Amino acid sequence: MTFQQPQVETSPKVSDEIRQTTCYMCACRCGINVHMKTNEDGKKEVAYIEGNRDHPVNKGVLCAKGSAGIMQVNAPSRLKAPLKRVGPRGSGEFEEISWDEALEIAAGWLEPIRQDDPSKLAFFTGRDQSQSFTGFWAQNFGTCNYAAHGGFCSVNMATAGIYTIGGAFWEFGQPDWDHTKLFMLFGVAEDHDSNPIKMGLGKIKARGARVIGVNPIRSGYNAIADDWVGITPGTDGLFILALVHELMKAGKIDLDYLSRYTNAPVLVNQDPNSPDKGLFLRDDHGTPLVINRKTGKLAPFDMHGVRPDLGGSFTMGDVTHVSVFQLMAERYLRDEYAPEAVAERCGIPANRIRAIAAELARVAFDEAFELDQEWTDFRGEKHDKMIGRPVAMHAMRGVSAHANGFQTCRALHVLQILLGTVEAPGGFRFKPPYPKPVEAHPAPHCRVTPNKPLDGPHLGFVHGPEHLALKTDGSPARIDKAFTWENPMSSHGLMHMVISNAHAGDPYKIDTLFMYMANMSWNSSMNTGGVIEMLTDKDADGAYKIPRIIYSDAYSSEMVAYADLILPDTTYLERHDCISMLDRPICEADGAADAIRWPVIEPDRDVRGFQTVLVQLANKMKLPGFTHEDGSAKWQDYADYIINHERKPGIGPLAGFRGPDGNRSGRGEPNPQQLDKYIQNGGFFVEHIPAEASYFKPWNMAYQDWAVDLGLYDSPQPYLFQLYVEPMRKFQLAAEGHGERQPPEHLRQRIKDTMDPLPIWYETDQQGNEGFTVNALTQRPMAMYHSWGSQNAWLRQLHGHNPLYLPTKLMRQHDLADGDWARVSSPHGEITVPVMEMAALNNNTVWTWNAIGKRKGTWGLQEDAPEATKGFLLNHLIHELMPARGDGLRWANSDPITGQAAWFDLKVKIEKAGAPQDFTESQPTLASIKSPVGTGPKNLAWKVGK
Amino acid sequence: MHPAPSVILFTTLSGFGFGLLVFLGLGYPGVTGWMAFVFYAIAYGLAVGGLLASTFHLGRPERALKAFRQWTTSWLSREGICAIAALLVMGLYAFGAIFMDRTWPALGVIGAVLSLGTVFTTSMIYCQLKTVPRWNMPLTPVVFLSFSLAGGALLAGQESLAIWLLLIAGAVQLAYWWQGDKAFAASGTTMASATGLGGDGATLRAFEPPHTGSNYLLREFVHVVGRKHAQKLRAIALVMGFILPVLLLVLPVDSNLVKHLMAALAVVAHMSGVAVSRWLFFAQAEHVVGLYYGKR
Amino acid sequence: MTELPTTTTRKMGLVIDLDTCVGCHACVISCKGWNTENYGAPLSDQDAYGAAPVGTFLNRVHSFEVQPAATAAQPAPAAQLIHFPKSCLHCEDAPCVTVCPTGASYKRVEDGIVLVNESDCIGCGLCAWSCPYGARELDLAAGVMKKCTLCVDRIYNENLPEVDRVPSCVRTCPSGARHFGDLGDPDSAVSQLVKARDGMDLMPEMGTKPVNKYLPPRPKDTLEDQVDILAPLLAPATEDPGGFLGWLDKALDKLPGGSA
Repeated sequence: MTFQQPQVETSPKVSDEIRQTTCYMCACRCGINVHMKTNEDGKKEVAYIEGNRDHPVNKGVLCAKGSAGIMQVNAPSRLKAPLKRVGPRGSGEFEEISWDEALEIAAGWLEPIRQDDPSKLAFFTGRDQSQSFTGFWAQNFGTCNYAAHGGFCSVNMATAGIYTIGGAFWEFGQPDWDHTKLFMLFGVAEDHDSNPIKMGLGKIKARGARVIGVNPIRSGYNAIADDWVGITPGTDGLFILALVHELMKAGKIDLDYLSRYTNAPVLVNQDPNSPDKGLFLRDDHGTPLVINRKTGKLAPFDMHGVRPDLGGSFTMGDVTHVSVFQLMAERYLRDEYAPEAVAERCGIPANRIRAIAAELARVAFDEAFELDQEWTDFRGEKHDKMIGRPVAMHAMRGVSAHANGFQTCRALHVLQILLGTVEAPGGFRFKPPYPKPVEAHPAPHCRVTPNKPLDGPHLGFVHGPEHLALKTDGSPARIDKAFTWENPMSSHGLMHMVISNAHAGDPYKIDTLFMYMANMSWNSSMNTGGVIEMLTDKDADGAYKIPRIIYSDAYSSEMVAYADLILPDTTYLERHDCISMLDRPICEADGAADAIRWPVIEPDRDVRGFQTVLVQLANKMKLPGFTHEDGSAKWQDYADYIINHERKPGIGPLAGFRGPDGNRSGRGEPNPQQLDKYIQNGGFFVEHIPAEASYFKPWNMAYQDWAVDLGLYDSPQPYLFQLYVEPMRKFQLAAEGHGERQPPEHLRQRIKDTMDPLPIWYETDQQGNEGFTVNALTQRPMAMYHSWGSQNAWLRQLHGHNPLYLPTKLMRQHDLADGDWARVSSPHGEITVPVMEMAALNNNTVWTWNAIGKRKGTWGLQEDAPEATKGFLLNHLIHELMPARGDGLRWANSDPITGQAAWFDLKVKIEKAGAPQDFTESQPTLASIKSPVGTGPKNLAWKVGK
Repeated sequence: MHPAPSVILFTTLSGFGFGLLVFLGLGYPGVTGWMAFVFYAIAYGLAVGGLLASTFHLGRPERALKAFRQWTTSWLSREGICAIAALLVMGLYAFGAIFMDRTWPALGVIGAVLSLGTVFTTSMIYCQLKTVPRWNMPLTPVVFLSFSLAGGALLAGQESLAIWLLLIAGAVQLAYWWQGDKAFAASGTTMASATGLGGDGATLRAFEPPHTGSNYLLREFVHVVGRKHAQKLRAIALVMGFILPVLLLVLPVDSNLVKHLMAALAVVAHMSGVAVSRWLFFAQAEHVVGLYYGKR
Repeated sequence: MTELPTTTTRKMGLVIDLDTCVGCHACVISCKGWNTENYGAPLSDQDAYGAAPVGTFLNRVHSFEVQPAATAAQPAPAAQLIHFPKSCLHCEDAPCVTVCPTGASYKRVEDGIVLVNESDCIGCGLCAWSCPYGARELDLAAGVMKKCTLCVDRIYNENLPEVDRVPSCVRTCPSGARHFGDLGDPDSAVSQLVKARDGMDLMPEMGTKPVNKYLPPRPKDTLEDQVDILAPLLAPATEDPGGFLGWLDKALDKLPGGSA
């Protein structure tokens, strides 16, 4: 019988228009093509979202979240109008009000604070992508209490990187995916820079190059690792230092690189009694000195023709100075770092550690290669080739979120430096505006004056005790106690401490808490139940302890019910944004790039972009910086600000299409057509780095000059990698009794112990952990972003609830089977949750997906949604403070250097609670919240086109 | 497989209906007039009722007529054509018997063959599926045919024949279970063949399903609930479907009324036993797609 | 007619690399988005914001754990997790086509794509029953069978730039674990990949002759086995007389322009 097949339309029209903008389904900032189709009413609607092939970040690919954006834009959880609380906090009782009234209320609360004491406003923004703007607003308001969410995210990684190499992972840099032959990944990293890393892994895999995953959990990227190291959580630093030990012992280190580009040859004062002990020997200009191997004499490290001696030493009077490198050899060659000595604590056999060290050595040195590219270094020396060391490393949240995370991140960078891979072909490459030496960043500012702006940017990098944010009486200047002796290098602030400090009135009381896009009464806080109590707690006179709370969010999150005034934000397709070079841009190793969002659709609700609301509030209060001298407003909305604001003459939020003709890059006058130009260009701007400038950037004059041209620096900023971080030593010196600013007695020993200028590993505080022996971790599914995925009809089908994954050994030990319930307790709390077996898991570690559990009544979900019944948070088990010590003091559950929230230090106890039918809901269950938006429709068959 | 009431009803009822038509077409009993009307009403009620029930399980029942097109390859299409042909032919035959007091034996034989063919084609819908090893056995059509004939004989009042046919059907049922319980293993399809993973003595385990929620495949193909009662239900099916009816038929009874009552009881018992058997036929059938979910 | 074509001009299909898939579900949702807006009825979702959300998806990512057997070299080998995307394999001998009573299911002569002509589908479900791979899902809102179309409305679509004429899952896959091409052409990139990496069929015993192939995961956790080969790399260089500084001095001398 002849085969008659139907005619299929193989060339249907894909859409009526493509609008290109930037994704915001997570923080990765991929470029997207939003396909629009005209609906029956003649209005263009979002029909389909795909990746933008021309975009520097994702080059066309897009993750599950990005493709599901259409379900976020139609999500029933979107807030509809400004809300004023009418019931008690937490009840969810609101009335809708107009924007005029909302702004009136907000300004009515804020203006008196500004006149009286601006620090009474605590302004913290969560997953904010406009920090250079929100920080500018806070600075002009005058409060010192501003930060975003970095403190509970990955500040250890960022700060350790900046202090050590002048950059870090994610937006600071990336592996050289095209050349690397060995990629080593530490800890959970799926949650940042996700598409670029997946693309990079794909490139490596296509070449058959080796991937080593170091992670207690073999999921995600670790599932495709050729070799998996199921390490004991919190011991990465020890493992890395064992690798350092092996490599140094075998001499498999890049001596040439170390002597030229790092402070390994810099001389350090060894006089035990000197106030300068451990500080660098410097010349009269303050330039660190080395021994010039050519002459055997002292020389500034950056002198033309100098050949710094790694083994140099210098005696002046009776004071000996030795090189940093000798101090490193002294320390890391010690047997305490030998593989055998660390194997048991790390849970990695010594042979395995040795095999990995050997493989690192083999690839870095035996597989070294050359790029035929001349370049000139900062000392004026010409190199006719670029030497590649094809070993690349990456880490993010996993190693960061421990109380020893800063030193671990430092150790990781030191390991890379010893192999000579940072900024070498095949290794780790910076993305503009990095590399950037720590000295080029501002120091923190905290001087508050009524009715005046703050004395400078809030956040920055301290170079010693003189930069701490302390009041004249030595008490913390900031509500979150950032930049204090408790955590001197807290460069991102400590958002996770704000509510508990404000509630306790410690260090002082505040009046208004103003937050943006941070689900603090749920998954963004440790100790969720406690935070809810603090938000609703009242004084003896019946007033809330935190008197006023303003919150902005686009969605009906758990936090909404705890605010007094809600300023509803738009979704990401309805707004202007700029992903700015002043902030956290989208650059790639081969080019500087920034991007915008623009309203590809108009909101169908009475909502406004949060940044525009800030402009409107600023104008209402006539904040300096937002106001011309004649009292008129500089900008009407955020788009106006993006185009016309200049941070310095010629430098504004966007680097592209500047100048009157729109043909200037980096520097140039504001261009009124700038946003249109961006839209025509696909929503982004990219300026490529010349080939001779593409590697060895911190020392490469071609790069330095290019960066100055683009406005990234005002003058060339070559620098040395800091194997030895002198500012840390300055804090140790203070703790040893030197200098005017002295730490409180109870912190002296801790500062001496932890602020070591060379990377160390220490066990995190185990106070109160007796009997709690199992490590408990969380990670974020690649298809979900924090709490956002659950409101998405497509994504919530992938992850509608979260079991606690237990290794086979613990399943057997506790007689558990899949679906059984376990009681999981910590020194702080207890939860009862369903379990599931996972064999590919460190056998003393349990874990679950983060932020799948939801509170009943939120996110537009029905109350019996699995997120609200079976889903759960591990947060209930984690406290922001450690259990009380003998002296009654409770230290923060944070890294003592940066204040990074130590989410991953959690230890728990597991007991079987029952069979699957014994419970219907995870415990604890919290009362339902009244939804300000109702719930979504029963069924969906979403199709815009015909 | 999901034991959908619509397919259980369909295969059970239409099996009886067409079984009865087989006997009526062959002239057992050779009835006419009102008596014929009653018999044909029962037969058509069961056969057509079953066919109608089957349409409840369609996503687009209004398009059911399109199902007749692909008889060259599709057993479902063949079944539809066979069923319609059988109903038409037997309809003509019944018209003669009821209204004209006439029987056309040749037509009756054709109708009987078509009726039996309908049952056979129904069974082949299941038998052809390699994806369900328990169905993909020559015994599957034997089960359907033997059940249909036994039920038909019982309904047609052919008691002595019915006893033998019931005994045969009961034996077939036992053989089917015996062989079916080994079928999945015998098929050679395993999680390893489904995924190509886990060679060299490794053990392979399904970890997380693709979605935390359920889906069409799990609803349709993975039916675990109720299987734990399978042995009990098999005993019930065997006793109700075959042993009790045979006993009711062979017990010596004098009273005609009691005899008829017992025959009626035998019919009811048999039908409920077959329905239970049919529930098990679906509920115990394991689709290979379950291997991807670590479930069967 | 739903007889299978005896041969197809090309055998278009996917090659899925199990060594590279990180299980991110990007392909799953991209597929959902494209196929909701394009070919046939939208892929609906029931109880979308409720207790038991269930929707139609044409591509789903499973995961399996492999526990290798213990060997002398590795007495306690680590378990492995393999992500396993699965959609229609566009079989050469597709049982879903022949069982279809209406002719709605068919395999295209020109490229071998198995499609459902939705206007002829009665939603009987038999094709889904006959598919060993779970590639077909009945959409509860539309009442018709949905399946992967290999993006037949993309791969020839003249309204798309040529580079985009690939299935939506392939275009979006961040790790490049999905490849698309003509598996009937032994010289095609996908055929070469299958050859080089020992690409395999799923359930070959079913006789369905799937066009889509899977590249098996590469051997894992082999580094420790090579420790003897690697060990010389770590021979202590710094324990000679003179210790570390002695070694350093000599090593620095060896650097170009290094001697003091």
